[in-house]
Amino acid sequence: MSHHIVEVKNLRHVYPDGTPALRDISFRITHGESVAIIGANGAGKSTLLLHLNGYLAPTSGEIRIGDFPMSKATLPDIRRTVGMVFQDPDDQLFMPTVYDDVAFGPMNLGMPGPDVEARVRDALQRVGAGHLQEKAPYHLSGGEKKRVAIATVLSMSPDILVMDEPTNGLDPFARRQLMGLLKDFHHTKIFTSHDLDMVLELCERTIILNEGAVKADGPTREIFRDEALLAGCRLEKPLSMQGCPVCGK
Amino acid sequence: MLSIDGVLLDFKRLDSLATGDSAIHRLDPRAKVLVTLVFIVTVVSFGRYELTAMVPFFIFPAVIIGLGNLPAGYIARKVALLCPFALIVAIFNPVFDREVLVQLGPLAVTGGWISCASIVVRAALTVGAAIILLAVTGFPAICRALERLGMPQAFAVQLLFLYRYIFVLTEEGGRVSRARALRSYGNRGLGMKAYGSLLGNLLLRTWLRAERIHMAMLARGFTGEFHTRREFRFGGRELVYFLGWSALFITLRLQNAPRLLGALVTGISR
Amino acid sequence: MHMADALLSPAVGGTMWAASAGTIAYCSAKVRSELDDRKVPLMGVLGAFLFAAQMINFTIPATGSSGHLGGGLLLAILLGPHAAFLTIASVLVVQALFFADGGLLALGCNIFNMGFFPAFVAYPFVYKKLLGNNPSRMRLTTATLIAAVVGLQLGPFGVVLETFFSGISALPFATFAILMQPIHLAIGIVEGVVTVAVVSFVYKARPEILQGALAARPIDNHPLRNVLLAFLAVAILTGGGISLFASKNPDGLEWAIAKVTGNEELAGPRQGVHGALAAIQEKSAFLPDYSFKKPAEPKDRVGDPAPEKKNEAEDDLGTSMAGIVGTLLTLALAFISGFILKKRNKAV
Ligand SMILES: Nc1ncnc2c1ncn2[C@@H]1O[C@H](COP(=O)(O)OP(=O)(O)O)[C@@H](O)[C@H]1O
Ligand SMILES: [Mg+2]
Repeated sequence: MSHHIVEVKNLRHVYPDGTPALRDISFRITHGESVAIIGANGAGKSTLLLHLNGYLAPTSGEIRIGDFPMSKATLPDIRRTVGMVFQDPDDQLFMPTVYDDVAFGPMNLGMPGPDVEARVRDALQRVGAGHLQEKAPYHLSGGEKKRVAIATVLSMSPDILVMDEPTNGLDPFARRQLMGLLKDFHHTKIFTSHDLDMVLELCERTIILNEGAVKADGPTREIFRDEALLAGCRLEKPLSMQGCPVCGK
Repeated sequence: MLSIDGVLLDFKRLDSLATGDSAIHRLDPRAKVLVTLVFIVTVVSFGRYELTAMVPFFIFPAVIIGLGNLPAGYIARKVALLCPFALIVAIFNPVFDREVLVQLGPLAVTGGWISCASIVVRAALTVGAAIILLAVTGFPAICRALERLGMPQAFAVQLLFLYRYIFVLTEEGGRVSRARALRSYGNRGLGMKAYGSLLGNLLLRTWLRAERIHMAMLARGFTGEFHTRREFRFGGRELVYFLGWSALFITLRLQNAPRLLGALVTGISR
Repeated sequence: MHMADALLSPAVGGTMWAASAGTIAYCSAKVRSELDDRKVPLMGVLGAFLFAAQMINFTIPATGSSGHLGGGLLLAILLGPHAAFLTIASVLVVQALFFADGGLLALGCNIFNMGFFPAFVAYPFVYKKLLGNNPSRMRLTTATLIAAVVGLQLGPFGVVLETFFSGISALPFATFAILMQPIHLAIGIVEGVVTVAVVSFVYKARPEILQGALAARPIDNHPLRNVLLAFLAVAILTGGGISLFASKNPDGLEWAIAKVTGNEELAGPRQGVHGALAAIQEKSAFLPDYSFKKPAEPKDRVGDPAPEKKNEAEDDLGTSMAGIVGTLLTLALAFISGFILKKRNKAV
């Protein structure tokens, strides 16, 4: 299915205040791939993701999602295709209850009531949050919030899942739980993260951004072995690939 | 001074009361909102020297607390906290109104004192009714009920958003004000200059948050219309609840029950 | 300066509710027609900001007391009057429900006092007018300061008027006004200074926010006049309707006016201090000479407050005792029934 393809060509973005956040970015992600976009703070990761569902418009360059080139006319389709999970779940969960939040997308798509209900139930089940349905978002723990935030997107049946720093701020247990969850999705997945151990586990491919440009793009293991490259981009080998501090191996 | 963290806790407590599951909780919120309105209007419609006739109205909060399984102590404390404010405004009455209205043996009670007590009782009743409504209904449901009763949707949505982000922003506000307190020794740093930039900062972050929320809404197909579940049902139970209480309130408004009862019990009548 | 339920008569409370509800309906329609869906989350979050900000205090120089932001004018500057009014109203609704700030009946008054005056008077007629077309920093500061003071003089004056017309408090009009206005002059100046500080902070960090706010929507006077007219109509209708009812009832408006202004002892010195009140004083002379010993006529209706009062005054100790015993009994009955219900509830 060409549906699940993300193609970015010579993308540049300059913020209104003159900050050049992205300079000439190109890549192509195909169906079912799981890709990490990593880079130091301010490298342009979030800016890049915001282009993928059309919130920001490129200063120049081109983006294609599946069969559609990004344009005003295709925006609704693109937003349905690309499910975007934002960094802070408090930004994503704005309705009074978990149910309302997960139903928000399907209702905006104009689905009939029973369908919406089925979707909501299904999405919550998939993230293991069925029991939270009637809770208010401010009564949830960090991990629960994150999972519900993912459900709000899943309920729209996206083909491509885009997440900005999914494990940020989670405790080890919740992080582990979330990783298990993400592993089970057979969507095309694109993450940004500083959690390189997670990247190592979940993504076979990694793109490094540095100061708004693609510095490397390849298999995750290979990239993480290149210490000079990582250091040059203000990054560090994931702990699981570093030697053991006790025995030195 | 209200501590910002205390406020947040209080909020969460009240909010979680509304998740209870009792016959009262299950009623259509519209019925509860309407009954509360009738209650408040009848209570405030009493004259300024009315005291005894208002007392039977305590039956309403008492019954709802009972049926709704609410923590009576907590609600009483919340109401009691407000009485000082009512007293502050009421305390002028005894000063300006010294006409003796009731002679209790050696004790002469002036109109001022009666109206002062009346203000306090009035405040306790109305405040109590509002808090109880919240505790058995929950704020979001009240908003939806009001929307169904004719409140403009834009305002209902505004209330829901506000309520949602009060939890986030009071936490954020608590953090910045704690950070300020920790770094201002004595009173320095608590002045207006620091306050301006502290609030400015908070405001900017809030603004950015609004932009992110808007993004998240657009990403899920928001086009300016809000669709919500329509699950309310104003059925027979609601009708009985509404009519029953309203009838009681109006009767109690027209008949001074304590006086009748007192006359009956003590055998003293005019 | 929250108006309180306890001070409010149903007539005044109802009138102000109608006025505020009308303005909310008007602003909702207006905001909807602007079709700027960015505003939906923005208003909500800024309301939450205001709520939080009002709980953060600062010390007022040289006094040692502390204050906090009111925020009405700030929101009007950031959001424009219609969205600002809705936002302020929503914050007041939450405060009334959760903290009983003022109370539910007084909510209409509070929304009007703290929402309408800053958003629809201070902002368009003072701030905007003083600001002119290309504001300098100095101008921005002056305009903000003066607008804040105006808003915070009108609000409390609203409280004074509403209290006066309700007639529940025995506090005379002039005394109350003399108490309220100067305090709020100080509060207004502080509010102005804080608003200036916040606005200039934002201006430095993200000028486009304010430029957007400054450039957009020059207020045309037309819709505003409509609001005022609609408000007036609603106020007259409801006020007229309710006070018609109230005037049959000696505890209503007229009686209150008579009571507050007709009190000779208090009126004397007051006239010397406040010439402005002479008009009201004069008017009160036309009203029948009500007094405590001679309440107005109707005695036939059962439970009417005035005969009730009269009865209490004239009755002997016995009746009072009966009243007290009955009251205590009723109270006990109320609580016992609640208690039993609760017990039963737990058992089920
Ligand atoms: N709204 C904005 N206006 C101006 N500059 C911005 C804005 N958002 C981000 N930037 C700048 O763009 C660059 C990339 O930011 P971002 O994409 O958030 O980085 P990352 O997510 O990788 O940490 C940074 O230099 C940042 O300061
Ligand atoms: Mg980022």
